[in-house]
Amino acid sequence: MQKIGVFVCWCGSNIAGTVDVEAVAEAMKTVPGVVFSTHYQYMCSAAGQKLIADAIHEHHLDGIVVASCSPRMHENTFRKTAEAAGLNPYMVEIANIREQCSWIHKDKEEGTAKAIVLAKAAVAKLLHNKPLTAGTSAVTKRCLVIGGGIAGIQTALDVADAGYEVDIVEQRPTIGGRMAQLDKTFPTLDCSACILTPKMVEAAQNEKINIISYAKVEKVDGFVGNFRATIRKKARCVDETKCTGCSLYMNKCPSKKGKDEFNMEMNNRPAIYIPFAQAIPNVAVIDPEQCVKLKTGKCGLCQKVCTAGAIDYTQQDELMEREYGAIVVATGFKPIDPSPLNEYGYAENADVITSLELERLMNAAGPTKGTLLRPSDLKHPHEIVFIQCVGSRCDENTKRGKPYCSKICCMYTAKHAMLIRDKYPDTKVHVFYIDVRTPGKNFDEFYRRAVEQYGVDYIKGMVGKVAREGDKLMVRGSDLISNQQVEIAADLVVLATAIEPDPSARSIGTMLTASMDTNDFFTEAHAKLRPVESPTAGIFLSGVAQGPKDVPETVAQASAAAAKVIGLLAKDHLVTNPCVAGSDELLCNGCSQCEKVCPYGAITYVDKEVRGPGVREVRRVAQVNPAVCQGCGACTVTCPSGAMDLKGFTNQQIMAEVDAICL
Amino acid sequence: MSVNNPNWKPKIVAFCCNWCSYAGADLAGSGRMNYPADVKIIRVPCSCRVNPLFILRAFERGADGVIICGCHPGDCHYTSGNYYARRRLTMLFSLLDYLGIERDRTRVEWVSAAEGAKFAKTMNEFVETIYSLGENRKLSDIRCKKS
Ligand SMILES: Cc1cc2nc3c(=O)[nH]c(=O)nc-3n(C[C@H](O)[C@H](O)[C@H](O)COP(=O)(O)OP(=O)(O)OC[C@H]3O[C@@H](n4cnc5c(N)ncnc54)[C@H](O)[C@@H]3O)c2cc1C
Ligand code: SF4
Ligand code: SF4
Ligand code: FES
Repeated sequence: MQKIGVFVCWCGSNIAGTVDVEAVAEAMKTVPGVVFSTHYQYMCSAAGQKLIADAIHEHHLDGIVVASCSPRMHENTFRKTAEAAGLNPYMVEIANIREQCSWIHKDKEEGTAKAIVLAKAAVAKLLHNKPLTAGTSAVTKRCLVIGGGIAGIQTALDVADAGYEVDIVEQRPTIGGRMAQLDKTFPTLDCSACILTPKMVEAAQNEKINIISYAKVEKVDGFVGNFRATIRKKARCVDETKCTGCSLYMNKCPSKKGKDEFNMEMNNRPAIYIPFAQAIPNVAVIDPEQCVKLKTGKCGLCQKVCTAGAIDYTQQDELMEREYGAIVVATGFKPIDPSPLNEYGYAENADVITSLELERLMNAAGPTKGTLLRPSDLKHPHEIVFIQCVGSRCDENTKRGKPYCSKICCMYTAKHAMLIRDKYPDTKVHVFYIDVRTPGKNFDEFYRRAVEQYGVDYIKGMVGKVAREGDKLMVRGSDLISNQQVEIAADLVVLATAIEPDPSARSIGTMLTASMDTNDFFTEAHAKLRPVESPTAGIFLSGVAQGPKDVPETVAQASAAAAKVIGLLAKDHLVTNPCVAGSDELLCNGCSQCEKVCPYGAITYVDKEVRGPGVREVRRVAQVNPAVCQGCGACTVTCPSGAMDLKGFTNQQIMAEVDAICL
Repeated sequence: MSVNNPNWKPKIVAFCCNWCSYAGADLAGSGRMNYPADVKIIRVPCSCRVNPLFILRAFERGADGVIICGCHPGDCHYTSGNYYARRRLTMLFSLLDYLGIERDRTRVEWVSAAEGAKFAKTMNEFVETIYSLGENRKLSDIRCKKS
């Protein structure tokens, strides 16, 4: 008979408030196998852990049940306590009586009764636990960063700085992300390119960093410390090693109908182009949709003018296989398309633009060379209306936008208003807002400057309709403070559109089995305590891919993710999960069913002499590679002969829990 | 409907995969989202670890409802576990139906780690359904009953 100790935690009043912990500890004393049962205020505290260790020694315990918070919180803590006290760490079970009991039930009697059942189920399971020993696996000391925006660049720089090799895989022809498209940045108003370009150059020049642009990650296998990725580097039709970035072709290319993505498609570009002057790599790319040579075979003008001989129309996609110990997701965002929100008339009116389009219109390298001209007639606008929260903070049921706050729009709208008033003091600027949210260092001061110093007219209220009337855009809305309807005849309307994750995020999440929320932002391992890690080991989160952020926050998170990556790569070996599958040779008939369902290819077959009561023969039996098995359990259910079982979650253990709950 | 015993409380077993649904249940907890104490959760690594035998065992031991929760299709931590679970359980549920265990006593639901509210809502609905179905007598082995 095993000797089991039960430790019921009060968690202050978190558990003790709705569960009579004393009664639980008392009730557990009568459960077969339990030789010791007690309760304490905070089991996870040093004193609580000592209490457990002392009891293990004093009562010669073989296993312990801690009835406390979720095992996702403190299972490891108590395993370490047990181990330090000489017990196998896998002889520990947690009864989750906080998240799954005290916090959700109000009635103390009910809560107590349920806590007893949960603790009994844990004891029932523990009676079938076997000591397990974790193995180790080596760590590949390289890091993959998916996405080369400011988040990916910062993480890569920090990881490389610690001496590890980093590959940045960027889908566009250049790194830089959205920040490269911005004109000035709040709260200091320094020029975006001036602070971003040095970082891009630093990344390019760092010998530990390898930038793989115009590429995507197609497949990822493996697990923490040992990932294998397949990367497709798309054909640029330009040899990266030869191109000097001279742009001589620009005036030769006869195709001029490509939409300039960098300028938010507000102007056209040739079929061969470099996205912007500071692009990294500073190498041209041919747009296969627009190139006359690739489409008809006739042309080849750029090849004729290229003195470096870099143009190669026959270039093919290249597939690369690389190994990594850690993967960072830094896939960033895109602004939503406001067309479906038809009250704003974005689709019909060229002079209704998004804020990111405005960034390009105000930028010296933009389509208007930095002079603010409205798109329809290239006239200078004298009255501008900004509308905030377009598609953000929407009622989820109406499906007209995102339920969340996009976080950055209040600040960049104040920035835009201020910059315009500064450069064109004759322009009137109105801002419709629901709330102005400016928490952040020097942020509220920034917004107040827009109002007090620059005289921007902030109107609390929503806009009902934007409609063209002759030369003007009539903006009709409500002013909630004066409780009046307002109508403004504007020349230009700027929509602070919500931001959403990059459209590729979902497929990246699926590929990495990294969980995401309903809005496709990546979920962190713990909302408060592990904000830059995915619940999937070895996957880290950087930048807006995890949730809306401005540049300072993005950079802080990027460095935090790098610190976590470095912590992982600094290890030579990782302790593997011992809860893996194994088949009972005596029962296995070598049917090969299990191999088919294993997502990791962990199962192989060997011809082996099997010995047992009444058997002694060479048979084909299944063998699980414990370093490869991830412990999902798919094989255990598939096995027709009941030979396959999963350590830590054996059939017996789970059945015992079922029994304890039902009886 | 439980005509016989007015004090009857259903026994409901919820199998939750470790990566999504168990975390979703924890989130429901930290958000203090109430659902009835009749639900007891068993943690499994993945929904594909749920052997149909566990569910049969639960009914045999007198469970009134069994719910299996896993990651959304495409999001399983082990990539494909929930697809296996879905196929196996569809088969099992039709067998149970044939044996006279109402279809509504069993349920599969995909709940992500971020869907605490969905977890609580699902459990509230499921418990309500079980109350309306009343006590389960089919399959339950009287030898297993505590008087
Ligand atoms: C109009 C506007 C104005 C703003 N103004 C300011 C400001 O003044 N100050 C400020 O602090 N912040 C501002 N911001 C916010 C700022 O743009 C973001 O905080 C910042 O760009 C986030 O960086 P990121 O690297 O996380 O994402 P991104 O900049 O979006 O970079 C992500 C990168 O990943 C790449 N990528 C995506 N998916 C894949 C994939 N599957 N494979 C490979 N590569 C991929 C993308 O191509 C992109 O290069 C503004 C934002 C907007 C929209
Ligand atoms: S539990 Fe079985 S199916 Fe799952 S990874 Fe291990 S060997 Fe493969
Ligand atoms: S499914 Fe079972 S019996 Fe068949 S090979 Fe695998 S372990 Fe052996
Ligand atoms: S891990 Fe959640 S269903 Fe497989």
